[in-house]
Formats: sequence, C-alpha cells, structure tokens
Amino acid sequence: MRLVVRAAEVLRAERLIPITRAHVDSCLYHGEATVDFVERLIEGGAQVTVPTTLNVGALDLLHPELWRGDAIAAERGRLLMGHYRSLGCQPTYTCAPYQLPEARPAFGEQVAWAESNAIVFCNSVLGARTERYGDFTDIACAITGRVPDAGLHRTDARRAVLVLRLASDVPAPLLEDGSLYPVLGIVLGRRAGSRVAVIDGLPPGISEERLKAIGAAAASSGAVAMFHAVGSTPEAPTLEAALQGIEPEEVAEVGMAELRTARDALTTAQGGAPAGTPIGTVSLGTPHASLAELRAVERELAGARPAPGVELLVSTARSLLAEAEEQGLAPRLRSLGVELLVDTCSYIAPVLRPSPLPAMTDSGKWAFYAPANIGVEVVFGSLRECVRSAVEGRVWRDAGLWSAA
Amino acid sequence: MRGRVLTDGGARGVALVLQEPLSLWGGVDPATGAIIDVRHPQRGTFIKGRVLVMRSARGSSSSSSVLAEMVRAGCAPAAILLGEPDLILAVGAAVAEELYGVRVPVLQLDPDDLASIPDGASISIVDGGEVSVA
Repeated sequence: MRLVVRAAEVLRAERLIPITRAHVDSCLYHGEATVDFVERLIEGGAQVTVPTTLNVGALDLLHPELWRGDAIAAERGRLLMGHYRSLGCQPTYTCAPYQLPEARPAFGEQVAWAESNAIVFCNSVLGARTERYGDFTDIACAITGRVPDAGLHRTDARRAVLVLRLASDVPAPLLEDGSLYPVLGIVLGRRAGSRVAVIDGLPPGISEERLKAIGAAAASSGAVAMFHAVGSTPEAPTLEAALQGIEPEEVAEVGMAELRTARDALTTAQGGAPAGTPIGTVSLGTPHASLAELRAVERELAGARPAPGVELLVSTARSLLAEAEEQGLAPRLRSLGVELLVDTCSYIAPVLRPSPLPAMTDSGKWAFYAPANIGVEVVFGSLRECVRSAVEGRVWRDAGLWSAA
Repeated sequence: MRGRVLTDGGARGVALVLQEPLSLWGGVDPATGAIIDVRHPQRGTFIKGRVLVMRSARGSSSSSSVLAEMVRAGCAPAAILLGEPDLILAVGAAVAEELYGVRVPVLQLDPDDLASIPDGASISIVDGGEVSVA
C-alpha cells in the first residue's frame, strides 16, 4: 500500500480508485533486486486481490531446451516467475495479454497494467484505462486492488494534444503494407514523448495487429501510453472526439521523408542491408504473435522452409500456442522448420542460434532493443519480407514499396 | 533551484546531461552502469555516480527494476533530475531505498531550470529537493 500511495503522490492524485484486473511485468528477472523485492512481499504474506496476468519471464518454461545461456541465470529467472505465481498471479507469461480473450478488459474498465506495449494497447485499442505503470507498482496495485485516481484513469488526460497528420505523399500501397505501422510508431514516440497524440489520415478500421505494432514502437522510441487513430481506435470515431473538442497544442504533418528516415534507422546492419544481404536469423512475434500473425507466417511460407542455416523463430503466448496446436497450425509451422517460443522473447532470453550474420525482424520494438540486449545487427522489414528472406537466406525486399514517392 | 520531490534524498555528483531520453531497461547495463543503447548519442558513457539530467523518460516499464538492480550492484546514478514526472523511475528508487537503504533522489525540475544545467557541473542535492549547481 505504501508504494501505491507513493505513486499517488507522484501523480498528484487526491484519492485511490478500485481496479478490476492487473497485468504484472515484475516477473522478468533483471538481477537479484527483482528477487529480493518479491521475497519481501512473500514474507509479508501478500496475495493479489484482482485477476492478475503475468508478463514475459526470462525463459520459456515449456521449452527449456531452447535456453543457450548459463544455468544459474535460468534458475534465477525461473524462480522469479514461480514467485509471482505464488502471489496468486496467472501464469500467462505474455507481453500481449490483450490477445487472451479472458484477460481483455472491456471499454472503460479501470485496470493497472505494466509492460509498455500492453499499456498503450489497453488505453488506445481497448479503451480500458491504465496509467504507465512499471515494475513494483504493478504488483502493488494488484495486491491492494487500488490505483491513484490520476493520469489516464481520468477522461481529461486521454485527450489528444498532438495531431499527427499523414501527408498526401504516403502512397496507398504503403498504407496497406505491414511495414508502415512500426515505422509510424517510431515517429509517433519521437514526436509525442509522453503526450497523447492522434493520428489522422490512416484508412479506417486498422487491424489490431497493426495498432499493436504502432503502440509497441511508440513506447520504445518515446514514453507513449496512449494514442488515437481516427476511425480505428474507440475514443477517436472522429478527430474532434479524440481532441475532446479542445484545440490541440500542436499539429504536425508526417510525410515520406520522415518515415523513410525512421525506417532506415531501424536497420543497424552495415550499409542498410540492401536486397541480397545474407541473414542468419529471422525473429517475429514482438509483441507476442496473435493467431492471425501465426497464420500469416504459414501463408507467406507457402510450403517452403527457411534456407539451410537460417533460423526462423516466432514468439507467442503459451495459451495461443495451445490453440495453434489444437488447430494443427503449430505442428504445420514446425514441420516447415519454424521454431515457436513462448513465455519470453528472443531479445530477452538467449535462445537464438549464434550467427555472425544479421537478424531480420518485422518489429520496431525488437529492432530497437535487440542490438543492445543480445548483440545482433538488425534488418527491419515487413512480415512478408522477413519470411521470404528466411526462405532465400538473404534479404528480400518488396520492391518499390518504400522507394516510390 | 528547487525541484519537486518524486523520491527524496540527498546526493552529490557531476551532471551527465543526456542529449536524448534513455530507457534504463535495454539502454543501460545494470552490472556496469554503461549506456548500451546503440542508437543513443552517448553510448558507452557511464552513468554510475553521475547526476543524470534527462528531459523526459522513455521506453520500458522494466526500468524500475533496472534502477533498483543498479543500486544493488553499486552502479546507480547519484540522482536523477527530470523535466517531467516519471512514476517508473521514482518507484525504482523508492524500492531500492526500502531494500538496500541507499537513496537515489528523483526530482522534477522546471524545464528552464533543467536546461540551464551544463554537462559536467557539480551538483548537490539536499533532502526536500533543494538543488545547487556549481
């Protein structure tokens, strides 16, 4: 309770309000401090008082054979994940709890979610309400069942103060391509910082997968906890609704020059990894792949397998994997040589086959963090580009998509 | 100058003015205190013992844990001065104090005050948020 009150002071809240559920990120091992903290809670006899899902942990508990790191780190990571279960949290171990039907809050529901991409999705796409909670605060809210009545829990703070208008030079085929959305997210995070922005000019009814990609990237390049997309997110049926009828602080146009620069910066591999550059790895599923994304991988493979020596790995939630097993999708993917990882992510756990060649990803977030976390050079591309590149063993580009103005 | 206290404490150190916001998770190696974010202009700089001056926070909600772990490992910054309030860093510092008895003050300064701090300045902070720059 002391931590929740501390949070209320930081956020200048006058009172606490009840929540209906929580999503806890503290179960990922970052060193002994994370164990010391939860052991203090366990000694105190704490239990969560609302349904609480868990974020990714340090390792894949269902496929421990994938771990390539040292045994002690695996043991500490596993211990921490178990400790959070013992507090009454559900062992979901996913960064995309919004893809689990039983964990999805309804519109307007007050919750306490951690994990930067989940926070954005919760606020923006579901219209449920959470502040940008981090480790320690998340479990404190889950135990007390209370959050400060402040920030994005309140309607006024959900108003967009920045309008990002897509310029007319963004071509229609690019709007239909998956690679635009993480790049747009990177631009959004840089421009918005921690402000709520509204994106105007996208076609209506953008899919949840694409909104997820925007949010995950924006929460990596900035401190974005919520955005609106006119015609796609529930609090932005119109631009005026997202602005709550108040003049925005800033209106900015986002055109191809800025998008291209942001897209190029996501690739760290030498020379910008033009088509034909050999790759060693393809990593998809950051945030965790939905069933639709798993099906898209199968569709793009079209019966082909990754080239010899190329690893194609997709991260997802254990409960979605179970569903994919039942549908026969997971066995089909495995028979084509796709590795499926659950409970963790390939830029957290040492699971990728060591390779001197760059790794390709369709995720702005993975491209952002993987170079520092696991020491790989990254090539960014759409899911289609990633899968075809895996099959060819070299970067394959959807020609013209980003070059034609 | 006086800051708004997000997590209280006293500290002394040399200012490290970040040219761009930094996510502690994925951006700093908690075992050494070095900036490892490959896109950060100050990659390779050590934040251990420095007074971190940062316009705004960024990135991962795991940064609370990373700050607490840096304190445990003895690699934490001496203090963090922000232009915007940040719950994630404030709570990381509060938990570190609770677990290890080490205080890393986290203060929110007026953006103009924050911008007036030169990189390399000697900073001292006393309980209650009083900041002196020499």
